[in-house]
Amino acid sequence: MTGTFVGMPPFPEAARVALADTQLRANLGHATATIRAKRAAVVAEVDDWEELRTAGAAIKDEVLANLDSYLDQLEESLTRNGAVVHRAHDAAEANRIVADLARRHGVDELVKVKSMATQEIGLNEALAAEGIAAWETDLAELIVQLGDDLPSHILVPAIHRNRAEIREIFAARMGEVGRPAPDDLTDEPVVLAAAARQHLREKFLRAKMAVSGANFAVADSGTLVVVESEGNGRMCLTLPEVLVSIVGIEKLVPSWQDLDVFLQLLPRSSTGERMNPYTSTWSGVTAGDGPQEVHVVLLDNGRRRALADEVGRQALRCIRCSACLNVCPVYERTGGHAYGSVYPGPIGAILNPLLKGVGVDEQVDSLPYASSLCGACYEVCPVKIDIPSVLVELRSQVVDAHRDGVPKPEAVAMKSAGWAFGSAGRLALAERASGFAGRVVRRLGRGVLPGGRRSVSRLPGPGAAWTAARDLPAPPVESFRAWWRRTGGGRS
Amino acid sequence: MVTCVNDAMFPDTGKATVAVLRHLGVDVDFPKQQTCCGQPMVNTGYLDEAVPAVRRFVDAFAGYDAIVTPSGSCAGSARHQHAMVARRSKDPGLQRAVAETSPRTYELSEFLVDVLGVEDVGASFPHRVTYHPTCHSLRMLRVGDRPTRLLRAVRGLELLDLAEADQCCGFGGTFAVKNTDTSVAMGSDKVRRVRDTGAEVLVAGDNSCLMHLGGLLSRQQAGIRVLHLAEVLAAREGTRA
Repeated sequence: MTGTFVGMPPFPEAARVALADTQLRANLGHATATIRAKRAAVVAEVDDWEELRTAGAAIKDEVLANLDSYLDQLEESLTRNGAVVHRAHDAAEANRIVADLARRHGVDELVKVKSMATQEIGLNEALAAEGIAAWETDLAELIVQLGDDLPSHILVPAIHRNRAEIREIFAARMGEVGRPAPDDLTDEPVVLAAAARQHLREKFLRAKMAVSGANFAVADSGTLVVVESEGNGRMCLTLPEVLVSIVGIEKLVPSWQDLDVFLQLLPRSSTGERMNPYTSTWSGVTAGDGPQEVHVVLLDNGRRRALADEVGRQALRCIRCSACLNVCPVYERTGGHAYGSVYPGPIGAILNPLLKGVGVDEQVDSLPYASSLCGACYEVCPVKIDIPSVLVELRSQVVDAHRDGVPKPEAVAMKSAGWAFGSAGRLALAERASGFAGRVVRRLGRGVLPGGRRSVSRLPGPGAAWTAARDLPAPPVESFRAWWRRTGGGRS
Repeated sequence: MVTCVNDAMFPDTGKATVAVLRHLGVDVDFPKQQTCCGQPMVNTGYLDEAVPAVRRFVDAFAGYDAIVTPSGSCAGSARHQHAMVARRSKDPGLQRAVAETSPRTYELSEFLVDVLGVEDVGASFPHRVTYHPTCHSLRMLRVGDRPTRLLRAVRGLELLDLAEADQCCGFGGTFAVKNTDTSVAMGSDKVRRVRDTGAEVLVAGDNSCLMHLGGLLSRQQAGIRVLHLAEVLAAREGTRA
């Protein structure tokens, strides 16, 4: 069974561990650079890409602004099509619904389509606690599950694993839960994929029940949509008798015409393909064809909390493409586990605090700071989520949530800076002190920068974080302000 | 706007900016009341603490035709964040003032190329140079190739391409100390790319990013100097014999 993110340390600490893993950094650097280049190439082919992004954002905003009426419409059309609609307020409710359905049908195992919503609610673990095995059928999710591992990317959850590691996991673990890997298993991608295919085939043919998520839910026709690359999804959606889909309430689009926009935006942004190999749509029950019992669980789990956040609500436009992960210089170096959530990277840094709230958990509060605010994520986002602005907003919420307690040294420093910057006179005073420090360094400091300027290589206190790997130029003896005054604006 | 970092740590950049602008016939003033644009507080989440700085900014720069600053990041802060701080202050007067100053704030290369219409500022700097486009000038202000157009017109200057130039250097304000390890990892990769170019001088439009990269280069004893764009544009070095 997969592990859990519960108890992960705050980002800086988790990142330190990840950064020390040079193999991981090499794997990630290579993988993200490859996907980045693929995405850039297929996006460049589309003349109206910017218009598509704008349309995608507008459609999602329209849905979010009228969420309840669209949800009612979806429920109505799904019910008309023969599906049973459930609403789940939180993870526990959603997990309960799936477990009860499994029990009612007397199954102790089910197959799964790759789904972020089920990862988010910890469905596999909840089912395992009730003696029900949930088999992941996406290749990368299978690798993660067999390895008792955690996903580290939204689209490619085993991005942190290389071929040799995958061969070892398959050889050691497949036999414990089903058809074992062949004895002559190599680390050739084709051989590994064949082993997975054989292993999974047994489970597809045996399973009576499947669980999926949905990339989109079309409100007017009552249609759910899943896009995927391997065909495992199509198997799960068509072979079993019972199908349960867990769908976040933000997954709605009003009509098929709107869906058209997203079926252009998503594959190019995520896998760097023009179209996904498999696009499956189903509208309730079709007599004699596919699952004859279809359930849809509409999941809130913090989404209404996020919706109430004026700046942050745009995060609910997210279509889980992971383009922001692949361009993020922080993600590229730390990998996904450091974010302590199934949603890593820039979108995870805003989505987790928005879904869970700030000021409660130190790990969650550390996420909005896990960014240099470089803005690369915003540029590639297919639904124009202004991630840097949401990060800054969430930082202010983290700060505001702690304003009543004993102020941290950082808060004292910021307050003092705010005070000094409120008056040029006060700032000039601070600069004179720094000029004095500059004189001391010139006299005592040993470092010299290229170009001749003196430098400091070890600072005490909070400055030590700077000088651990970086020298600092010595402060100049005379500030610009003092020079301007002394020379009458540089004229004397 | 000289910026607080340049005022306190890199006065030569401020002097160079004044020199470049005066050379092109601009009437330059340094309103003494200026302090900081407020960005360090805003980006760390301390919005209330940024209000006095923004108030100071709009007071100091009221009435000028243009506010020019040798920093993409600080120009970005004035253009894109001041409105947010003003809203937070709930002071309609401040909101009005910000609406006046924000659109008149320019990063140096924007002002030179777009407003003055100049690419050759008469500089000579006979060195091998590579240019790092800083994130806020690149993605917030969209200065594009304005800085490199200015650099290409500098006599004697050999401009070398930097691989993966648009990747962040890892400074990120307080990110550099709150997430030191990640910041240094990003900076180290950037520095490796800089060293690969064979340049003698690394140029950028933000001294904060250069302080970070220069600190890493110095620690690695790479022998590569960092220099602000303004100082290159003010340079009048003789060409090599």
